[in-house]
Amino acid sequence: MRQAGGKDDAPVREAGGEAARGEVAAGRRRTYAELLRWDTALGVLLVAVLLAGAGGTEGFAETTNLSAALNDTAEIALIALPMTLLVVAGQVDLSVASMLGLSSALAGSLWDAGWAFELIVPVCLLVGLAGGLLNGWLVTRVGLPALAVTIGTLTLYRGLASVVLGNKAVADFPETYAQWASYTKTVPGTFVPYPIALFAVLAVGAAVVLHRTRYGRAMFAIGAQEQAAWFAGVRVNRIKLVLFALTGLTAAFAGIVHTLRYGSARADNGIGLELVVIASVLLGGVDFNGGKGTLGGAVAGVLLIGVLNNLLTLNDVSNEIQVVVTGVLLIVSVLTPRVIAVAGERRQRRTAAT
Amino acid sequence: MAQAAPAGAPAPVLALEEVTKSFGSVRALRGVSLALHAGEAHALAGENGAGKSTLIKTLAGVHRPDSGTVLLDGAPVTFHGPADARAAGIAVIYQEPTLFADLSVAENIFMGRQPLRALRRVDHTAVRDATAALLRRLGVDLDPERPARGLSIADQQIVEIAKALSFDARVLVMDEPTAALTGTETDRLFAVVEALRKEGAAVLFVSHRLTEIFRLCRSVTTLRDGALVASEPLAGLTEDDLVRRMVGRDLDALYAKRDTRTGETALEVRRLTREGVFHDVSFEVRRGEIVALAGLVGAGRSEVVQAVFGVDRADAGEVLVRGAALRRGSPTAAMDAGLALVPEDRRQQGLVMELSIERNIALTGLHTLGRGGLVRRAAERARAGDWAARLRLRFDRLSDAAGVLSGGNQQKVVLAKWLATEPEVLIVDEPTRGIDVGTKAEVHRLLSELAAEGLAVLMVSSDLPEVLGMADRVLVMHEGRLVAELPRAEATEESVLAAATGRTGAVRRTEAAALDGEGTP
Ligand SMILES: Nc1ncnc2c1ncn2[C@@H]1O[C@H](COP(=O)(O)OP(=O)(O)OP(=O)(O)O)[C@@H](O)[C@H]1O
Ligand SMILES: [Mg+2]
Repeated sequence: MRQAGGKDDAPVREAGGEAARGEVAAGRRRTYAELLRWDTALGVLLVAVLLAGAGGTEGFAETTNLSAALNDTAEIALIALPMTLLVVAGQVDLSVASMLGLSSALAGSLWDAGWAFELIVPVCLLVGLAGGLLNGWLVTRVGLPALAVTIGTLTLYRGLASVVLGNKAVADFPETYAQWASYTKTVPGTFVPYPIALFAVLAVGAAVVLHRTRYGRAMFAIGAQEQAAWFAGVRVNRIKLVLFALTGLTAAFAGIVHTLRYGSARADNGIGLELVVIASVLLGGVDFNGGKGTLGGAVAGVLLIGVLNNLLTLNDVSNEIQVVVTGVLLIVSVLTPRVIAVAGERRQRRTAAT
Repeated sequence: MAQAAPAGAPAPVLALEEVTKSFGSVRALRGVSLALHAGEAHALAGENGAGKSTLIKTLAGVHRPDSGTVLLDGAPVTFHGPADARAAGIAVIYQEPTLFADLSVAENIFMGRQPLRALRRVDHTAVRDATAALLRRLGVDLDPERPARGLSIADQQIVEIAKALSFDARVLVMDEPTAALTGTETDRLFAVVEALRKEGAAVLFVSHRLTEIFRLCRSVTTLRDGALVASEPLAGLTEDDLVRRMVGRDLDALYAKRDTRTGETALEVRRLTREGVFHDVSFEVRRGEIVALAGLVGAGRSEVVQAVFGVDRADAGEVLVRGAALRRGSPTAAMDAGLALVPEDRRQQGLVMELSIERNIALTGLHTLGRGGLVRRAAERARAGDWAARLRLRFDRLSDAAGVLSGGNQQKVVLAKWLATEPEVLIVDEPTRGIDVGTKAEVHRLLSELAAEGLAVLMVSSDLPEVLGMADRVLVMHEGRLVAELPRAEATEESVLAAATGRTGAVRRTEAAALDGEGTP
């Protein structure tokens, strides 16, 4: 037990030095807890899976396969970024996959109607922004819970997608854009496809926002104890609104990437994808109750699920089993921190008893 | 210090023997023993972080001791959770109220053991009537049917007290139940506790108001840094003796505000009204002045200051800071104008319990701790370390969650986070709730110094000695209205109390109350 003021050692007044010394000692002790951190463990697991894959699965380590594996996660990875911020702030958006579908359907329908692709993209993004703002407005102004609101808009946006395109499929998008989204074209000198390169840049941005800026600090506070954040002068509603808007925008952009990657615009594109996104974020150690998590963890979660799915596909494991594997991983991710905590408590009692 | 009961004497109802409990590297209890006897009120004293709440949680089955035993009627027991302790007849009022916000007051009180009708249906009428009876006994005017959400911290505390009194406890354990109560509610509580004790209940009582300890209890156990200092009868001890045991040295427990020259008006509140809560409240606070807002629990004091700061919306009226009107309902605007509010409820409003100490302290100053939205870690840490030292915060690491601090130390973090904004008008709502004697004097000295430097302070406090010692002027509220304004010279225990309870005689009505055209009741 240390104290900043040093009360029992007589008339200490100049307590600043005491506090500073405390911090140095604390630094040494922290390392052990740091090692047990979930996102660090996840990173290690990811590397292990990569190494195991490279050693045991033929074709895994080939650059074309790595490019393809990475690119297959593009939409999930992109949406996972704003989703992480949302979940940290105690919110969630289940409508992202529907927005992806709506954006795809809209792109297809406009392309069919002869619009220039350069015009289609901003229109889709605007629709995404509007959809996100609607979610945010319902949550912040009307005061409905995010889960309820976005279950509603999940249905609404998917319905709109069908209205826009019916059950048609539109193809033959311009080659340059299709190339940009394809895993066959990579950033020169690397095996990284362009959508993933963009994701990497955005991920760094999102990490800086979440962990280094006052907006990030505010998100953690809102997620952990909204009333206290409000009492501390945090503009709670504004931050939520912006996060929902960004999420809608990103989902719409992911819709365009999806359309280009598969060369096909359909109203049912990306059905169920919202669950994979949220599963990845939670696997990354972000607390669904808000207030806890790291962006690095979420990225590791996305990559781990992507790599595992790729490995399972290469090993001819059926799609169903892949889903089961993801589910098991998710449960393990929720359980492990709890198990560690309980074990720690036991150890404490044992050492005290002896 | 295991003490076998002398032959013939009845075994203590509940006892701890050589109990230790650590949290990580913090040794909260080191071999503490304690015995509670039927029909006797025992006090537990100690500074903030001494281990009082931890001891209580061990008695209540919330914590399992690392070593040592809990004895019930002389026989060792292991409580696997609070339910076990309750089944054994131990009623506990925890330091921080933990009510279900969406349940009614009555449902909260009878949570999990509602009277049932046929087919295990809850008998709502019986629940409501029993609650009404309990609240009457405590002399408080609370609607049993209203939801717990929105209750002031003192009201929540009263609901917790009613909850503990609602079943026939053999042992009544109370962790700072009076911290947010005024003398009037405390008197009622003591009368009820006294009755229970006479019926044979054992009582354990924690308070930082030492006079209360002397009024209610016969013996006292003092802790310092988790270790037992003494366990002894109170007869023959003085408050100073107690302080010496707690702190390990002599201390000036009381600090009175220095007289300062007051400057121009810093905060002006004009006819502020929130329907059904408070009406037509007008007052001003000048630079260098400490103005206290007194009144009974439920008079609307906290509600007024929350509306002034903008966390609640007022329905009518204006708030002016240095002559400029504040935007309604915006704490951010209030902060920009130089206002700060230390709220009463640290668990919900004051702190983000899961966040670290340093992040909590930084939360109010994020725009000053770096440029372009970026937060400089070093600046964040320096701000926290600085204030932690000034308020003598007891902590393990600044990166620890604020929630693991003891109650009084949490309160210091709330103070730190607002003092760090260097406000021009500081509003404090129960600033020393749960703070120990030594630090309390420290906080008073700090407030006085800041006032001398030109800070305007508006203080809500249920602690009458604090009000009388610190305030240049005392405003008294009664049932949502400002009913009296007493300059320092006229503010006495009697005059404040008379006004607070709505007795007209001693009440000098303020301009606002007079304007209203209604007589005081
Ligand atoms: N859950 C916890 N995790 C870590 N540390 C804890 C936990 N609970 C209490 N502590 C630490 O144990 C010590 C004793 O705390 P405790 O709450 O018992 O103090 P207290 O005597 O009740 O103080 P106060 O008068 O401020 O309420 C403190 O240093 C506190 O930080
Ligand atoms: Mg305590």
